[in-house]
Amino acid sequence: MMSTSTLPSYDDVVSRYEPVIGLETHVELGTRTKMFCGCSTEFGGEPNTQVCPVCLGLPGSLPVANAAAIEATIRIGLALNCTIAEWCRFARKNYFYPDMPKNFQTSQYDEPLCENGYLDVEVNGETVRIEIERVHLEEDTGKSLHVGGATGRIHGATESLVDYNRAGIPLVEIVTKPVPGTGVLAPEVARAYVTELRDVIRSLGVSDVRMEQGSLRCDVNLSLNKPGEEWGTRSETKNVNSLRSVERSVRSEMLRQASVLDAGGSILQETRHFHEDTGETTSGRSKETATDYRYFPEPDLTPMAPDPAWVAELKAALPELPRVRRLRLQADWGISDFEMASVVNAGAVELIEATIAAGGSSEAARKWWLGELSRRANESGVELGELAITPAQVAELQSLVDGGKITDKIARTVIEAVLAGEGDPAAIVSARGLEVVSDTGALTAAVDEAIAANPDVAEKIRGGNHAAAGVLIGAVMKATKGQADAKTVRELVIARLS
Amino acid sequence: MSAISRDEVAHLARLARLAVTEDELDRFAGQLDSILQHVARIGEVAADDIPPTSHSVPLVNVMRADVPEPSLAREDVLAGAPDSAEDRFRVPRILDEE
Repeated sequence: MMSTSTLPSYDDVVSRYEPVIGLETHVELGTRTKMFCGCSTEFGGEPNTQVCPVCLGLPGSLPVANAAAIEATIRIGLALNCTIAEWCRFARKNYFYPDMPKNFQTSQYDEPLCENGYLDVEVNGETVRIEIERVHLEEDTGKSLHVGGATGRIHGATESLVDYNRAGIPLVEIVTKPVPGTGVLAPEVARAYVTELRDVIRSLGVSDVRMEQGSLRCDVNLSLNKPGEEWGTRSETKNVNSLRSVERSVRSEMLRQASVLDAGGSILQETRHFHEDTGETTSGRSKETATDYRYFPEPDLTPMAPDPAWVAELKAALPELPRVRRLRLQADWGISDFEMASVVNAGAVELIEATIAAGGSSEAARKWWLGELSRRANESGVELGELAITPAQVAELQSLVDGGKITDKIARTVIEAVLAGEGDPAAIVSARGLEVVSDTGALTAAVDEAIAANPDVAEKIRGGNHAAAGVLIGAVMKATKGQADAKTVRELVIARLS
Repeated sequence: MSAISRDEVAHLARLARLAVTEDELDRFAGQLDSILQHVARIGEVAADDIPPTSHSVPLVNVMRADVPEPSLAREDVLAGAPDSAEDRFRVPRILDEE
């Protein structure tokens, strides 16, 4: 492995090389049964209890395509602006690897179900169009436990133990065209694309698209070339299992390739593995070429010829897609691209929308979710949506503030109580006696006490130094346990001393 | 000129994990060559208006509903494995096998 000291800086690399990225994403569909048989796809079953003659490839078994998987794939293709094939076939991809008991994977080759689409993503306030080459349907492989080597790695293993429960689960492969011209933003564009793709697929309800559970997996292709020269040889990095890793793997592979090219070397077309711990890639097996897979049309499955009228129906029934929805909400809320980006990054779009639906204003909803609540979510290491407070409770909290019942500061105390399970904001305010002290008599008494206790300060204010009022306001707030409205107290203090 | 070389047959045999002897390579190269030449002649006859056929039955869209069906009992599944351990198929090491 190359030592990091020989790596050029990222800025240096992008000043001399242009990256071309390409992304291959695999999505496990959330169908109840496998692609070609009725075995359950439920996650976490005992090893080899969800297999049958079809997914084991036993002689005489006959696969039949899962209608729900085909429909889901067409919907993904439509959401990605693809053309849907009028007629296409499955193909056998032949290879010997124990993750498939059949010695081939049923996939698609030169006739994908969907092709020539695009997905628009936002990066730094700019829209980048990622062209989609194809969306095709195939089947997932089994899972191997590698025994005898270090920490379960395949390298050094003496044998492997295979569970075929996952073999045959419908898998959709989404391949982009090469994306040139992203320059310094290449890592962020890659991440933004996978994020947007995940959100689109989630909005379709066809997969839970969880990278940490492997239902969304990503391979990152990358090459570098000098400006004006032809595209370079690409490497394909596998094992990129989080959005952050997508970004990191592009960056680290750009640095690695630049250092190889700088030293006069050439890039091998190979598979590389990304390592979460070091953030670097290492060489994997060199790729078999497409002809080595000896693809041929799958004789046991009939061709697919989706009825164009049905495809048109599916298209008309697509839900509002995340980007369209974001643009609509941004316009409704009247906020800038930058503010919207903060909302999206905080994962607060739905929460704010629901808070507004419950009667909150867009300003207040954003203030609470992006401020106090984000802070608390960060502290507890949970997602914003996992906090024990509902959008309706946030709207109720704000209406208490707006109605002058509590101050912003008390509202924070109320949030803490809601998170601790004490109930709804209004109930907490009355149960804990947190309502603002609006009784002027009581406030005036507290102000007089504060003046008496701080004669020097009072003298300064009398002399016209209103900035000094802070000390007295602080004393009154303390005396009223923060339940007074600071603005009212300030007015009272100044009125008493002028 | 032959349609397939001896080297190509050796490469295909390797991909298919078939142990083929030197004598067999010569014999199969010859046999495959005559099969390919035969198919090439048919290809000459097939005009543009005759699409390639992959399925002999003119059916499309044969599909099943997404309804679970019982799987095999695990002992039956593993009975077909050459070896098993921990309820899984046991296979020789995967890397460096060639």
